[in-house]
Amino acid sequence: MNIGSVKYRIGKSSGFQILTMVLAFACVVPLLFILFFIIQAGITKINWHFLVNIPKPVGETGGGIANALVGSIIIIVVASVIAVPIGILAGVYLAENRKSRLAYWCRLSVDILQGVPSIVIGIVAYFWLVKPLGGFSALSGSVALAIMMLPIIVRSTEETLKLLPDSLKEAAYALGMPFHRVIFKVIVPVGVSGILSGVMLSIARITGETAPLLFTAFGNPYLSTNVTKPMQSLPLLIFNYATSPYNDWHDLAWGASLILLFWVLFLNIFTKLITRKWKVQL
Amino acid sequence: MDTSVDNGSITRSDTPLRVINSKTPEAIVKTTQRIRRSFRQIRTENVFKRTLVIMGIIMVLLVLGILLTLIVQSLPSIKALGPKYLWGRVWDPVQDIYGAWPFLLGTLLSSFLALLISIPFSIAVAIFLGEYYPKGWLPDLLKNTVELIAAVPSVIYGFWGLAVLVPIVRNMESHIGVEPIGVGIFSSSLILAIMIIPYAASLGRSMIQMVPSPLKEGAYALGATRWEVIRSVILPYTKSGLFAGILLSLGRALGETMAVTMVIGNTSIIPKSIFAPGNTMASVIANEFTEADKSVYLSALIELGLVLFLVTVVINMIGKKIIDRFTNE
Repeated sequence: MNIGSVKYRIGKSSGFQILTMVLAFACVVPLLFILFFIIQAGITKINWHFLVNIPKPVGETGGGIANALVGSIIIIVVASVIAVPIGILAGVYLAENRKSRLAYWCRLSVDILQGVPSIVIGIVAYFWLVKPLGGFSALSGSVALAIMMLPIIVRSTEETLKLLPDSLKEAAYALGMPFHRVIFKVIVPVGVSGILSGVMLSIARITGETAPLLFTAFGNPYLSTNVTKPMQSLPLLIFNYATSPYNDWHDLAWGASLILLFWVLFLNIFTKLITRKWKVQL
Repeated sequence: MDTSVDNGSITRSDTPLRVINSKTPEAIVKTTQRIRRSFRQIRTENVFKRTLVIMGIIMVLLVLGILLTLIVQSLPSIKALGPKYLWGRVWDPVQDIYGAWPFLLGTLLSSFLALLISIPFSIAVAIFLGEYYPKGWLPDLLKNTVELIAAVPSVIYGFWGLAVLVPIVRNMESHIGVEPIGVGIFSSSLILAIMIIPYAASLGRSMIQMVPSPLKEGAYALGATRWEVIRSVILPYTKSGLFAGILLSLGRALGETMAVTMVIGNTSIIPKSIFAPGNTMASVIANEFTEADKSVYLSALIELGLVLFLVTVVINMIGKKIIDRFTNE
């Protein structure tokens, strides 16, 4: 074998290694660009006034996003109240009944649910709640978001509980504990970190969702805390104001984007840190 | 009480065990209480088990309910327009003409273009993290940052695209001699390409890490270089896994709504080139759903949602099947 061809092959190999590295790190560039740009455009808009006031009509400068902040929090809390118990119990069911026929269909449904486009969930929530109740409402938005939270919670609960050793459960049964106590006093407390990180990931995911809210929570220029009425939320405000032709509204949207971005990134990074601390596998 | 199992927790006293004389009335009362308590616990246990089953059924019903709602609500349009709705080339609700082809084409063009742009990057991340540097702080940082790409809300991608990317694309278009509009399929593909990188990348990474090391070591022993090992051992071995990752990315791209809606231009005309403005299935639903005043109009939009639902479900299921088969081997 001649030396030239060996050198060529080694050169080719390192060439591809460098190319891979360059391409891999190039992925980070857009994210940094977005972070940089949003911080640059949003940081000057944020002050106390911005957080406690509601938006002003076009033409008046100032105004804030208090209605969107309050609305986002209410919608997310209601969605979590709906989705967390159902999700955890369904996850427990899947972990406890691994082979049954219903478990197979349930698992398949969760997989399907995970891939459903968010806009489709918006349509469905519109027909399930908005039409029967006779108007857009924050509650229907919460239900749409709850449907999006479910697959993440179910999956993380199931995966966490599957990893727990059977001996834990057997020890509890041997002491004469009934099934529900074994679940609530032994299994869930041991797996709480995994379940919790699933819940937090699902909240992080729905915080930025806009599409399911378009035909459900709909948005509201005023501060509202009534869940049966339309309600503003951060992503809806960003969408409506970003696509408007007015500069004042763009400013509001930049400030809101910065807050939303940091909220979501904080939730994600925090979840990563607790999963690493508790060595949970998701 | 001496030694008793009370509500699952054990209490113990220092007095020695006493044989309960079952004849005394006091002992009979105690025993019946215990039996009652056990029955109550058994009942709660059964109720709890039933609740769990109901939760499982709820998940199945939820998916069936979504499918049924979509089908029932799109029936008026299926009846009125028939299957030719899907390849009708004109969408003009004012004239009551409904054809979904512009949106199908817009969705396919933007998604596949996005896929084409993102594949080199996501595969590079997968190879870098899976083979070259699986451990260390720098790869860890890269892995977490790439995962954060998926965490950024799509409405923020859309806003950023509208404010930053669209002017750049417009500038580029005027240089290469296309009509400089800026918004359009190309811009939305660029945004989508960024958004879908993490899906194929993280799946590809775990697949590449599962390649058995004897295979790689064998190739190295034969004198293969790093690249040759990657090309002729790792890539062929993980081919199906990488494909599944790309399918999952495609599923994401097809259903993505907000970012696309904000930069695609929203016209219902069949796009003439990849730089032309257009509409995807998801974006037309987002734009026109609340404006749809006629029942056929509304149900035509829902039929688009049904098509979108079915397509993404099929794509995701194929992807999941491939992953399952790969991880079980």
